Amino acid sequence: MVLNREGPVLVEGPVEVVGDDGTTARSDRFLVAICTCRRSRAYPWCDTSHRRRKPAEPRESRPDGRSRQNQNHDQDQEGEEA
Amino acid sequence: MTTATNRSTPAPHDTGSPALPAARGPLSESVIGVLVGSGLRLPDAAAIRRADPYGDDLHLLLYVLYELHYRGFAGVDERLEWDPALLGVRGAAEDLFLDAVRRDGGSGGDDVAGAVDALQLEPVGDDGHGVSHHLQREGELWQLREYAAVRSLYHLKEADPHLWVVPRLRGRAKAAMVAVEFDEFGAGRAEDVHARLFADLMGDLGLDARYGHYLDAAPAQALATVNLMSLFGLHRRLRGALVGHFATVEITSSPGSRRLADALRRAGAGPAAQRFYDEHVEADAVHEQVVRHEVIGGLLEDEPGLAADIVLGIEATGHLEDRLGDHLLAAWREGRSALRTPLVL
Repeated sequence: MVLNREGPVLVEGPVEVVGDDGTTARSDRFLVAICTCRRSRAYPWCDTSHRRRKPAEPRESRPDGRSRQNQNHDQDQEGEEA
Repeated sequence: MTTATNRSTPAPHDTGSPALPAARGPLSESVIGVLVGSGLRLPDAAAIRRADPYGDDLHLLLYVLYELHYRGFAGVDERLEWDPALLGVRGAAEDLFLDAVRRDGGSGGDDVAGAVDALQLEPVGDDGHGVSHHLQREGELWQLREYAAVRSLYHLKEADPHLWVVPRLRGRAKAAMVAVEFDEFGAGRAEDVHARLFADLMGDLGLDARYGHYLDAAPAQALATVNLMSLFGLHRRLRGALVGHFATVEITSSPGSRRLADALRRAGAGPAAQRFYDEHVEADAVHEQVVRHEVIGGLLEDEPGLAADIVLGIEATGHLEDRLGDHLLAAWREGRSALRTPLVL
């Protein structure tokens, strides 16, 4: 099992995670990323919601009100999914 | 000025190969002519050097020649994959393309950690730049269908070009690369192969999921993104750039897939369409960790001299993805098709 401060806990699969409500989630991936920031919409699995955010290009106001922790102005990249 | 060699007997196995596309200019026309045996003259290197390095003609030429290494084309002799004259043409086209990408997209730097960190920064809200942001916010069904048609050039052979790097890696990098690829190919289950999940998505959107079906419809900007991975995958000397490309794809995929899954749900696409992107949200959250720490980390430990190539792979991918995104959004914002031939509903 690998812990790192900013990301998910990495556990070799297959894994069963029992939640607060007693439900069991199962993943048989070779490695499983378990969310520790509790922001994942795929909880208990990581969906990369822990990532730092950068401000949008100032073309329009942002309605979501999330924090601006990073001032990096690199362009967003649209990756094709692998 | 050269001719392709020895095409005396037809290919024995062309079942399941797509039809050759229509030419987009004199360069692609002469190469396609030679592939079907009706033309004898290939373009010379000087003619290729004068071409637009991002243009339709050059990128269709490259795409067709690369495709000989994947699934080939119906009626084309399979031995032409290794024809020296065709490889010479391909090499000249690759030099032009790679020089342009280095010049326009590359910083020339070797700060791998910095380049990877930049990929992980998610813009807050909508920066007006990303295609997935647009589709999530206001994407219409016809735009999602165009997006899937364009992406099908890659996704119907998803993860294939990256497999070519495996014999060129060792130790940690190799083990981790193969583990991620195993997942891409369904972890032993044919129904979970990512290319198959994408074919299912296309069915949900009413698209034709036959391999290569949308090649004629795809703009040059889309061909260039796929040609880049074939270029990096087929040349051992570009193994660092291939790893950089793979890292870019895996690191940017999860949040982008989340937005596309949202867009598909909102547009009322079927369950297979959503499953493709939902699977990528979860899978690529794992893959990015493995690629970052083990594939890149392992490769740099093994071959520290490849740092600049890894950065080039990351930057070149971003450069070409930006060009494709700009093309798609410019067309859609004017309410017109981003394809060369609009989809028939």
